[in-house]
Amino acid sequence: MATVKTYDPELLRAERRKRENIRRLKGLGLHALLITTLGVMLYPVIWMVLSALRPETEIFGDMGFIPTNWTLENFVRGWQLYGNLTFTQFYVNSFIICALAIIGNLLACSMAAYAFARLEFRGKWWLFAIMLGTMMLPIHVQLIPQYIFFLNIGWVNTILPLVVPKFLAHDAFFIFLMVQFMRSLPHELEQAAIVDGASYWQRYWRIILPLSMPALATTAVFTFINTYNDFFSQLIYLTDTDRMTVPVALRLFLDPSGGSSSFGGLFAMVLVSIGPVLGFFLASQRLLTKGIATQGFK
Amino acid sequence: MASVTLQNLTKTYAGGQLRAVNDVSLEIEDGEFLVLVGPSGCGKSTALRMIAGLEEITDGAVWIGDEFVNDTHPKDRDIAMVFQSYALYPHMSVYDNIAFPLQIAKMPKEEVDKRVQEAARVLELEAYLKRRPGQLSGGQRQRVAMGRAIVRKPSVFLMDEPLSNLDAKLRVQMRAEIASIQHRLGVTTVYVTHDQVEAMTMGHRVALLKDGVLQQVDTPSNIYNKPRNTFVAAFIGSPTMNMYWAELENESDTLFLRLGDNRLKLPATLVQQFSSLSQYAGRKLIVGIRPEDLAEASSIANADPSDCIAAEVDLVEALGSDVIVHIGIDAKPAEVRSSDSLDEIKSKAGKARCIARFNAKSQVRLGDTVNVWFDTTRMHFFDGETGLSILN
Repeated sequence: MATVKTYDPELLRAERRKRENIRRLKGLGLHALLITTLGVMLYPVIWMVLSALRPETEIFGDMGFIPTNWTLENFVRGWQLYGNLTFTQFYVNSFIICALAIIGNLLACSMAAYAFARLEFRGKWWLFAIMLGTMMLPIHVQLIPQYIFFLNIGWVNTILPLVVPKFLAHDAFFIFLMVQFMRSLPHELEQAAIVDGASYWQRYWRIILPLSMPALATTAVFTFINTYNDFFSQLIYLTDTDRMTVPVALRLFLDPSGGSSSFGGLFAMVLVSIGPVLGFFLASQRLLTKGIATQGFK
Repeated sequence: MASVTLQNLTKTYAGGQLRAVNDVSLEIEDGEFLVLVGPSGCGKSTALRMIAGLEEITDGAVWIGDEFVNDTHPKDRDIAMVFQSYALYPHMSVYDNIAFPLQIAKMPKEEVDKRVQEAARVLELEAYLKRRPGQLSGGQRQRVAMGRAIVRKPSVFLMDEPLSNLDAKLRVQMRAEIASIQHRLGVTTVYVTHDQVEAMTMGHRVALLKDGVLQQVDTPSNIYNKPRNTFVAAFIGSPTMNMYWAELENESDTLFLRLGDNRLKLPATLVQQFSSLSQYAGRKLIVGIRPEDLAEASSIANADPSDCIAAEVDLVEALGSDVIVHIGIDAKPAEVRSSDSLDEIKSKAGKARCIARFNAKSQVRLGDTVNVWFDTTRMHFFDGETGLSILN
């Protein structure tokens, strides 16, 4: 005989309400924690933004968080650094180096990656291991011998030390990234191209490279961000003021000898300098995510 | 067009320890459609890839026409290949996919366009030329892969399981289309498949491989009706051939087949036709009979009781066109070393399973005892030690 099953709907509703309240409370606590952490992290940025928008004299003089006088004067003075030297020149310099670095990395790293991923040659695995090993060398170890080398061949104070290595597959990380991506591409595609008569170059250029677009996009984005933000190399290789790039030029606002520093101009230009990185990142965000995600799942 | 000759073709891996293709010799005539068939891992794809030049040849030789091509680059072999995954370039349109080999060959644009349009017309792809492969159905992709092969007008087509990614219905349709295109173009074709239906329906001849060794090369009809050994007999045909250990008994010049407790009389005509059979009198051998060569005794006019065995029905599968009936008979199943067949399938109560294909009108039910008639004239006999056919 079937048993009659009963339940108390009121009790059920009360239980549900209790669970809902606990969930809400937990959510509130978590959000409060996150907002506090966010505030701590964002405070210096917000302070910088507000400082850029107040008169130079008030930056350290006025202790209030919100400026009493709002002004864009710091941006105008900051951009026109001194004499004929403006930030336009620094941005042009930065963008030229970034563009050449991106082109160099895309071409050279993808070619090296294709060789490691798809070609068979003697010593391939040793070379690959050595290449991976170079990723572990800190930049400071390489810096002095590299500087001496570039000094001897007369490349210091030119953009060549910053750009030429990129055309020689200098960034092991990007080679590794692309090797992993290219290995995941079906071998049959390339075999079909072999039967169709395609040479090594045609297979690389017409089949592998277009299919590696997500990895190329990732490389392009990271190369841009790395090069644009590369203060150290640009500082030691570019000495003439008119050849300086944005991160190096920002240093000109400060007088390390204790003279007068222009903090208003510095904050304004730092704020502007974030723009290209942010813009480039947002524009390529979709490709970037795809490129990184594909590494694991393909 | 060209013939393809394989001479003692061998491929070894792991320093010679693993023989993927073992001493295969085969002559494929000009314009012939040859199907290489066998279970997974039998070396059929490796053999095809050696013909294509995608796999290095360990030993032996490959000729395409009169040209020795062992060391010839794939592009210079005048071949076109269709891959299992179609290997369509996903970033190119259908047009560019088909045109790719012609563009690589630096053919004039007008000629490329003419050939692509012609291939598209033959394959009914004209409406899809601007689409990317990802926007096509499985069948359409398969046709694009065919288009890329035929547009080059090669001497030899090599196809590596081109239908295995399609659903059953589309496969039947494409099977006919490929056979028809090959017939129309008359291009020598080597077609690899593990599907015996494709092998039986498409090729002029079928070459069956097992563990890298060629088992039999013959017309589909001969492969089916005159299998050279137990492996071929078991591999070709669905449901698979029933095979049992049996003993031949000679009784006053009449041969009887002892199957466990059962005894079947062999017709005098069979014994006369295959004199070698009488030499096996008193010896053990393997006997095989296909499911369609069994019938319900009641459906056969004047069925000789000495050709019948009574057995219990274990399973009935009504397919509409016929009825597949699984029965248990008292016999020892022959172990056939094929990855596609289960060894030593036992029926209920330790009896050997026997599969019969009965007429669609059959009324047999699960648990019935049915009198099964054996068409002894259609039986196959194999040597118990070598597994080779006694009748060939």
